[in-house]
Amino acid sequence: MTQTRRSSESLPLTGLPDARGHFGPYGGIFVAETLMEPLEELRRAWEKYARDADFLAELDQDLAQFVGRPSPLYHAERWSQQLGGAQVYLKREDLNHTGAHKVNNTVGQALLAKRLGKNRIIAETGAGQHGVATATVAARLGLECVVYMGAEDIRRQAINVYRMRLLGAEVVSVESGSRTLKDALNEAMRDWVTNVDTTFYIIGTVAGPHPYPAMVRNFQTIIGREARAQLLEQTGRLPDALIACVGGGSNAIGLFHPFLDDAGVAMYGVEGGGYGLDSGKHAAPLCAGRPGVLHGNRTYLMEDRDGQIIETHSVSAGLDYPGVGPEHAWLKDSGRAAYVAVTDEQALDAFHALTRSEGIIPALESSHALAYAQQLAPQLDADKLLIVNLSGRGDKDIHTVAALEGIKV
Amino acid sequence: MSRIAGRFESLRERGRKALIPYITAGDPEPSVTVPLLHALVEAGADVLELGVPFSDPMADGPVIQAACERALAHHVSLHQVLDMVRSFRRQDSDTPVVLMGYLNPIEVMGYAAFAKAAHAAGVDGVLTVDLPPEEAAELVACLKGEQLDPIFLAAPNSDAERIRRMTENGGGFLYYVSFKGVTGANRLDVQAVADKLAQIRGHTGLPVGVGFGIRDAESAAQIAAVADAVVVGSALVKRIAALADQPGKVAALAPQVIADMRAAMDRA
Repeated sequence: MTQTRRSSESLPLTGLPDARGHFGPYGGIFVAETLMEPLEELRRAWEKYARDADFLAELDQDLAQFVGRPSPLYHAERWSQQLGGAQVYLKREDLNHTGAHKVNNTVGQALLAKRLGKNRIIAETGAGQHGVATATVAARLGLECVVYMGAEDIRRQAINVYRMRLLGAEVVSVESGSRTLKDALNEAMRDWVTNVDTTFYIIGTVAGPHPYPAMVRNFQTIIGREARAQLLEQTGRLPDALIACVGGGSNAIGLFHPFLDDAGVAMYGVEGGGYGLDSGKHAAPLCAGRPGVLHGNRTYLMEDRDGQIIETHSVSAGLDYPGVGPEHAWLKDSGRAAYVAVTDEQALDAFHALTRSEGIIPALESSHALAYAQQLAPQLDADKLLIVNLSGRGDKDIHTVAALEGIKV
Repeated sequence: MSRIAGRFESLRERGRKALIPYITAGDPEPSVTVPLLHALVEAGADVLELGVPFSDPMADGPVIQAACERALAHHVSLHQVLDMVRSFRRQDSDTPVVLMGYLNPIEVMGYAAFAKAAHAAGVDGVLTVDLPPEEAAELVACLKGEQLDPIFLAAPNSDAERIRRMTENGGGFLYYVSFKGVTGANRLDVQAVADKLAQIRGHTGLPVGVGFGIRDAESAAQIAAVADAVVVGSALVKRIAALADQPGKVAALAPQVIADMRAAMDRA
């Protein structure tokens, strides 16, 4: 992917967003009036507790003892050798409790909900990972939990639906629109606006109205902070490039953000290319969309010429979303990060490659990042270092993969 | 004076409250909309609210979501909605028309181009559900530059400072959302609305309309007693939905619910 690169030194990257949640022209607060007060309440709480020693100590303890952090940074030596170029390191978010990076954020937001005295938690989910992570923390804290999930995703991710129900959550099937993640988000917003006095909405990605993109990012930067220290410890140097998949973009921003000031570290966000960008059937707003306003923020969107949001396609339910976090929109425009897309087929190929060479079954979402590493590593010398965010494990996807390959399990 | 301000002034002189029906443009099909608008005026509407269909109507309940889906099945675009207003204006140059919808279709057209086209088509006001005053400066400037009234939503949890800001930026009337929730929900509490309106009037000189949850003649009359305008959406759109497979009958039959409300409001 070619892109004009401006000097990142002149760009305010790490001090963002501004007080009203803007990353350059992106982000902001675009919601119905009734949500302005609870968003302000949330912003105040977040700013207070982000500096509160007791809160941070409780969060650290939960991350260590409940989530299992730090997650390892693993040198995938055999796979690197097979690729014949750069050394690939995997940030093992798949080893977290609940099997993905999502729990880093739900643990944090649930602690905030508790501080705010809200006893009812709602969430939207696509692949079900965020729903499971939310249901998990709700169970642990004894909070009522309702998860909105598109009917189409419920069909694709039956195992996660059952997991959420086991954990005591009510899973509401969303039948409107395209019946996927975007519609689940609409429905969660409708619930929130109705039950705003008692309910805390745990958004699972770095999208939505301010302060969600900044708050979720800050909870997820544990990924990049750990990875940075771990690579320095293991190799004595910083990576040459970071690679992460981008749906809403929370695992990617969590990895990227702590490296933004490290000018020598390249960053690649990998979108769901579906059947290919030319097919129109994909989930790659940064590669092939344009800016607009949806779900509370201004960002790149998949939309038609009238501004209606169009249906996306990705083999991975977690990437099947027509928008993307506003900070990624800003990182794209500023040139600090590059955004590429890989197809379903390329992601499936990487899924198998990692499974067979390293004994690690990756999530289909993370397989997109691995697919780009497969392309990039061979172009680089053997002394170059790549960190790929292995954002989740693939157990939830084995039925999808088997079905695509005509195998009945 | 804008057409909306003029309409509220003449209503005040006659001691009458405004009745503002909402329909989604192109629901259940595009040919129905203009005749339906005329029929609503016949039935007693003072201002018309025309919804611009959007794929992701986050603030709306299931009734208006379904209306958007019916309209979008016919690919009704913002351009077509403006054409409908232009067509309506050929026979009605008096009744104010407010466009109601979400920001993204306007973003895509461009604020300045939209404002110009809306003014040329005969639109009087624009209400953008997902655009709070904090983010509205640029669109407000474009609208005012074309003599269009930006109409803001106030909610039960909007404080005095926010009401003042909406009044400074807005025009036409202030739209008070009667409860925390989505359109069409059954949560109307007339006394709570009356209390909040008393507060709001201390911070704004704009007429105040009330919407969300007004489902029949009785609730319309109760709200008319405390507000300057009664906005009716889901109750009307439900009638339209019931006639969706007989679109030829919509303009003749659906406005009855508005006529009933008008009669009850004028009796009170």
